[in-house]
Amino acid sequence: MNTTTRRLAGIVMVMFLALLVSTTWIQFFAADRLNNDPRNARALYAQFGTDRGPIVVGGEAIVDSVPVDDEWNYQREYAQGRLYAPLTGYYSLVSGTSGIERAENDFLAGSADALWVERVQNILTGSDPQGSSVELTIDPEAQQAAWDALGDQRGAVVALEPSTGRILALVSKPTFDPNDLASHDTAEANQAYLDLLNDEDDPLLSRASNTLEPPGSTFKLVTTAAALESGEYTADSVIDAPSTYTLTGTSTDVGNFAGTSCASAGEMTLAEALRISCNTAYLGLAGELGAEAMNEQAEKFGFGSTHDIPFTTSASQYDPDVDAMSTDQVELSGIGQGSVLAHPLQVAMVSAAIANGGELMEPYSVDRVRDAELEVVEETRTNSLGRAVSTETASALTDMMVSVVESGSGTSAQISGVPVAGKTGTAQHGDNSAPPHVWFTGFAPADDPQVAVAVIVDEGGALGGEATGGRVAAPIAKAVIEAVLNG
Amino acid sequence: MTSPSSTVEPRQRRPLRIAEVFLLILALGGGIGGFAMVGLSIRGELPDQFWFRSMLLAATALVAHIVLRLRAPWADQVILPAVVLLNGIGLSMIWRLEISDATGMAPADAAGNMQATLLGAIVAFALLWVLKDHRWLRRYTYTAMVVGLVLIALPLIPGLGQEINGARIWISVGGFSLQPAEFAKIAFAVFFAGYLVTNRDTLALAGPKIFGLQLPRLRDLGPILLIWAASLAVLILQRDLGTSLLFFGLFVAMLYQATARSSWIVLGLTLFAAGALAAARLFPHVGARIDVWLHPFDAEYYDREVGGSYQLVQGQFSMANGGLFGTGWGEGRPFQIPYAFSDFIYAALGEELGLTGLAAVVLTYLLIVQRGLKSALSVRDGFGKLLAGGLAFAMALQVFVVIGGITRIIPLTGLTLPFMAQGGSSLLANWIVIALLLRISDSARRPSDLPVRGQVSAGAPAPESEPILVGPSGADGGTPADGTPAAGSNLPRRRVVDRDPHGAPGDAAPTEHIGTDVPPEHRGGESR
Repeated sequence: MNTTTRRLAGIVMVMFLALLVSTTWIQFFAADRLNNDPRNARALYAQFGTDRGPIVVGGEAIVDSVPVDDEWNYQREYAQGRLYAPLTGYYSLVSGTSGIERAENDFLAGSADALWVERVQNILTGSDPQGSSVELTIDPEAQQAAWDALGDQRGAVVALEPSTGRILALVSKPTFDPNDLASHDTAEANQAYLDLLNDEDDPLLSRASNTLEPPGSTFKLVTTAAALESGEYTADSVIDAPSTYTLTGTSTDVGNFAGTSCASAGEMTLAEALRISCNTAYLGLAGELGAEAMNEQAEKFGFGSTHDIPFTTSASQYDPDVDAMSTDQVELSGIGQGSVLAHPLQVAMVSAAIANGGELMEPYSVDRVRDAELEVVEETRTNSLGRAVSTETASALTDMMVSVVESGSGTSAQISGVPVAGKTGTAQHGDNSAPPHVWFTGFAPADDPQVAVAVIVDEGGALGGEATGGRVAAPIAKAVIEAVLNG
Repeated sequence: MTSPSSTVEPRQRRPLRIAEVFLLILALGGGIGGFAMVGLSIRGELPDQFWFRSMLLAATALVAHIVLRLRAPWADQVILPAVVLLNGIGLSMIWRLEISDATGMAPADAAGNMQATLLGAIVAFALLWVLKDHRWLRRYTYTAMVVGLVLIALPLIPGLGQEINGARIWISVGGFSLQPAEFAKIAFAVFFAGYLVTNRDTLALAGPKIFGLQLPRLRDLGPILLIWAASLAVLILQRDLGTSLLFFGLFVAMLYQATARSSWIVLGLTLFAAGALAAARLFPHVGARIDVWLHPFDAEYYDREVGGSYQLVQGQFSMANGGLFGTGWGEGRPFQIPYAFSDFIYAALGEELGLTGLAAVVLTYLLIVQRGLKSALSVRDGFGKLLAGGLAFAMALQVFVVIGGITRIIPLTGLTLPFMAQGGSSLLANWIVIALLLRISDSARRPSDLPVRGQVSAGAPAPESEPILVGPSGADGGTPADGTPAAGSNLPRRRVVDRDPHGAPGDAAPTEHIGTDVPPEHRGGESR
């Protein structure tokens, strides 16, 4: 029986060899695939189990991980959740991450390549890994002012520092409380997430950077820029300004706001047309300039591109297919209607470029990242996106925008002792059954710009159909500008 | 491989089992060290009752060692430390899962398992103390068969049997759940060993030959068919693929070991595969296991509430997370796997100890099994060979079925990993298996006062009436089978009888009679 016993021993060897092979397969060769399986909660637990770094605004942590006595060890807490939600995003067991929580995850979690020295130290000293802190460019006073001024209205506010592109304020309403989503009670967090998803107002979307609406008359800045850059127009060029304008090739008549005529003579200077926001003048002007020039100018201001601020914005559009535009579409685009769509950040970028002497700076919201020892590991350098308009054009546009606030459609943005440049907008949207969105964009001080803003209030806000950009949006912009200048 | 006796003095002193002491210290270090690290890692302090529990485990090992020294001094010195290591690591992992139990269902119970370990060790070493010679078991060959059949039938008795997760392999006695199949495994091994050692030659030679396969006579097959039917009944009535596979594998392996007919293996595996396929078709519970085995990552099976692949996939996630070196004791999330403390303790260990740890675990099992098989090679009686071979192979098969199920070599079954998984029946039964293996290895390695065959032929020529191959027929290397001296041997008869005080002559007789019928391959195979 010894021969057979030995053969049994051989069979046993083969069986155990198979076990070693299959175990090696799972733990070595298939490990990556298994670790990355979306159903594997371990990556999530590893992530949530670390001391994630804070998000800092003005020296204060607005988001931090607080040690708690549960299986996750740390609870993510948002000190002023709703105020900063469109920036911070959320960090949730059930719905994942968004905003800066997602874009800066490598640093917040302490897993970024730049942090390898720290990680080696942690391994050597045996201390637990700690995330880095992310410092934002946000001016807390401007942010609060924008939040307060917007009140209960739906809308968004963006403020930029024109010379750098730093985002000083970014508010969107309605919004959400990231604390609800960060709850470790997954049923609760899931319900909160479902409620937000089902909310008609899309509170999870940042209206400041990711919801596109027609920019209305604020886009006349782009049209004016295109006209000035073409070399065929100056601020004093006289252009047609009929009381109604029949779109070329159609029977559609477009009038001015409230049906008024712009000028009794039926023509006016370009500067005057911008000051009173004359639609008929701009319809004709855009038609004269043509789709190509309009589109080119819009793209120079940042239309058609997404921006990583560091989370990714939507790309504003002039037109999805410029070559195929009919003349009436080009004409409509001159007043920011038709196919033109933008978010407040884009509109603020137009003002910022004009304020910055024509140079467009890439917007960003993260100043620097510091590791757990407060050493700076990464600092955002300002980045020029190129020249949107010449210095001369920028200067001329500034003068025109100042007169808009001094004596035009944007007088309610006036600040005593500070020259403010601005442009209002009242944009029809959808099937025109709802009140128009109202806009204001501008910068101040006009002679030494510190801040550029854009404000949208959806469907006229509290005033509804009675609202104009000047009445509703301009005071909000004013409040933000004051907060920045006084801060 | 006759025994150490060929190279040592006849009056050899008892071994002091120093190697065992040294290995036991290492094994206890592994188990207790793991226990301490779990506490330090999760709670920052030594576990509750750390010293008490550790001392209890050490005391168990010490008592076992002393019993071996007194009662089985020649027994293998590696088996006990290997078992203590596995048992200690298993206890640490169960405690680790108990204190971070996330699911709250069927919680891990380290204290209960510690008690079961103690009980298992006490019963096993009491058995070792009482059972001076394994051949005594041969007298109960048919009793063992009946006991085995009764045991596997118990879960089918209404009111006694419990159905858990679709399989009906538990019984409930006085609040305790028992898996009778674990004990039936031992009973069947005893029965097969006793039955086959008597009938192996008739099974191998007498009978018709069909398609080149030597088939045995029907009347010799009776008891074997009974067991085959019983193991199929386990599959059909209790719907437990693992236990059925274990019995069937044990049966086929021992049949092959005894008869050297590889056709048995082919025939046995074919029969089992046919039975398993039929069962998969007939019973959704078995069929689902096979689907889950083949497509665990499909959403259809993963999301299935009952009988899905969730547990299997979670086990894979757990092992993948462990990678090569593991997360370390208490640093992983093995409690994510349902029943990590019983069915999936291998995956749980894989997460925290890594591939290196699992390789060590697998090799430790291999060590125990190969030591058992080595005892089978060197023990002198056929019954001991078959019993040791069967028990060792059963353990190997059980380990293979469990780990193979977790690592997707075969479908998942309801068996438990010996010594590691939580479960009193499994612990108790496997400790008894170890006691039997130790007893047989003691017998195998004990220097014989009887000369080996070379000495027999040199010192005392065999009478002509005794063919030279009679000696090795029933046993290896000179000791006549079952302690009954070969006719004409010039050795003192008294000595042999001493070594088999329980062996009745009538019981041993059949082996003697068939001595001359040993097939040629046995003749060659026995002498080495």
